Amino acid sequence: MRRIISILMENEPGALSRVVGLFSQRNYNIDSLTVAPTEDKSLSRLTLTTSGDERRIEQITKHLNKLIDVVKLVDLTEGAHIERELMLIKVKASGAQRGEVKRTTDIFRGQIVDLTNSVFSIQLTGTSDKLDAFITALGENVVLEVARTGVSGISRGEKILSL
Amino acid sequence: MDQLSGGEALLRALHDEGVEIIFGYPGGAVLHIYDAIFNQDKVEHILVRHEQAATHAADGYARGTGKPGVVLVTSGPGATNAITGIATAYMDSIPMVVISGQVESRMIGTDGFQETDMVGVSRPIVKHSFMVQDAAEIPRIVKKAFHIATTGRPGPVVIDIPKDVTDPKTKFDYEYPADIKMRSYTVPAKGHSGQIKKAVDVLMAAKRPMIYAGGGVIQGEGSPLLTELTRKLGFPITNTLMGLGAYPASDKQFLGMLGMHGTYEANMSMHYCDVLLAIGVRFDDRVTNSDVSKFCPDATILHVDIDPASISKTVAADVPIVGSVTSVLEEMLSQIASSKQKVDQKSLKVWWDQIEQWREKDSLAVTPSTDGTIKPQEVIQAVFEITKGDAYVSSDVGQHQMFAAQYYGFDKPRRWINSGGLGTMGFGFPAAMGIQLAFPYAVSVCITGEGSFQMNLQELATCMQYKLPVKIVCLNNRALGMVKQWQDMQYGGRYSHSTYEESLPDFVKLAEAYGHVGIRIEDKSELDAKLREAFSLTDKLVFIDVLVDPEEHVYPMAIKGGAMKDMILSKSERT
Repeated sequence: MRRIISILMENEPGALSRVVGLFSQRNYNIDSLTVAPTEDKSLSRLTLTTSGDERRIEQITKHLNKLIDVVKLVDLTEGAHIERELMLIKVKASGAQRGEVKRTTDIFRGQIVDLTNSVFSIQLTGTSDKLDAFITALGENVVLEVARTGVSGISRGEKILSL
Repeated sequence: MDQLSGGEALLRALHDEGVEIIFGYPGGAVLHIYDAIFNQDKVEHILVRHEQAATHAADGYARGTGKPGVVLVTSGPGATNAITGIATAYMDSIPMVVISGQVESRMIGTDGFQETDMVGVSRPIVKHSFMVQDAAEIPRIVKKAFHIATTGRPGPVVIDIPKDVTDPKTKFDYEYPADIKMRSYTVPAKGHSGQIKKAVDVLMAAKRPMIYAGGGVIQGEGSPLLTELTRKLGFPITNTLMGLGAYPASDKQFLGMLGMHGTYEANMSMHYCDVLLAIGVRFDDRVTNSDVSKFCPDATILHVDIDPASISKTVAADVPIVGSVTSVLEEMLSQIASSKQKVDQKSLKVWWDQIEQWREKDSLAVTPSTDGTIKPQEVIQAVFEITKGDAYVSSDVGQHQMFAAQYYGFDKPRRWINSGGLGTMGFGFPAAMGIQLAFPYAVSVCITGEGSFQMNLQELATCMQYKLPVKIVCLNNRALGMVKQWQDMQYGGRYSHSTYEESLPDFVKLAEAYGHVGIRIEDKSELDAKLREAFSLTDKLVFIDVLVDPEEHVYPMAIKGGAMKDMILSKSERT
């Protein structure tokens, strides 16, 4: 099962490598990973997606918690949550294609953020599924380049991940 | 407040932390630190002959005393040579602080001379690591390093220090923090009372109970409480390889070691028990055998450990309890004392009758030779007799390690010093040095083999320099015995690179070359007398080269893929 784990960790050199190293060391997989500082400069927030059965996820969270640089973590998928991923995608757009791509972008509520005579650069935000669907809708032969941020997430309601 | 340089501050911080002894080897990146060592007399430095030995010696010191072992090595090869010893300590949860020199800050990342990314290289085998950026950070980092290494589930911590940070010209106001708080590191508190209550209820209702205790009990200083609990309940108990001495081996409730080379009665009792109290253990594959689905099929498993990640890692626990062994055992004892429930003595009697039947099989019986050939087991038995079972016994890795574990009955914790998790050949001798330095008047014996010993024999020089009267008992079977045993059992007796042809050194002469005493024992008739002679030389290192039966195998031995009840008992008998 797919899981989204959000981690608050010390904004120290080497902290990221400890998290990433743990996954390869223990043969866990990371599907996506995103990390950036938070409002508290001493903390970074790292969000990763992984998959596994209950037991494996339990081991992953236990081992993450053991890392000295990890201050707090939450498995967002345990409760109601909001997840978003941002994608910048460059597609072929010339002649009749331009209208078609524009319509598809509108349907997905994306924005064309740059263009040339033959190319659109589109920005799209949403769940990973939505981004996948957009790529499928455009068709493989249109897509030139994809840059995705990986999933970031937050719990719904009043539940917060902070110290 | 004193103005100190980084190097001076490091030594002062070690002293303030209570460190009396460090093991190390100098080199370019740590020369400022070595100069600071020269200028003080609080912390003693032991010069080893190889950095790996420094880590094993510090490890032995830590295992024997319960205090953290401290290592100082230079950058590059000094640091990488320490890696095996750090991994050894990590696998067995031994408190250790390793200080490594690093190239100057401005050189980091340039592939400078003797540069290695020590923080990176050691990352998977440390509890934590630090790179010092500024001399003024040294007191806090040292304090944190010792705090992390010694609390919770202990482990090694690396402090990597670039050379410029210890420059004698840069001084700062030194102050050692009295206490340290880390928001991201908290030590598990007492075990959950509700969980302990559940465990006590299960224990009281048990018909075929079993206690399985490991190295965590020794690390957590839980032996007296474990002994009290076990005696109070009257339950059978087994210890893991790492837990030997946690419960007195001479006690009748002790069934011996369990696992791959455990006793018949310990493994049978594990398999057929209905309640298993597992304390300070991690259900290692050398205990459970390879297929955990066949492990203790009827048992309700109660698992006590300080590390939540150890619980339900390989074998799911029915009642998990996270906490220090002492706090959990104390509360168990007090709950049992006030509990209305009583142990089911009738069922327990039936269970003990069964266990006694298994015990009668005498799976560790030794058949003496008739032609004077010395059986390796007999050597351990003789060493046990001569040292009255009260020596500090370190071992290397292989058949001799298993024989020592099986035949030297440890009645006290911290007496059996071996690399259980990583299985590091070359560990035993430097570990015995660490023990001897910690306990100058105790008998420090290293049980080794001619294979393992050659992995760190250069330390014979260290023992001469510091006059360490370690007794090295080498079970010399002219082969890598455990490898050869597996080749006998699984590879049709094809001894691929497990023998050395005619290349073995004369160990007596080798010991003598370093200024020590060497004794060779070839015939059983001289075993006892010559061993006694060796142990009577209390102020000398003696290398005792005992030529033992090369055909001997370690039994019992678990049958791969089987359950714990499935064992090979001798060359001709299986369960």
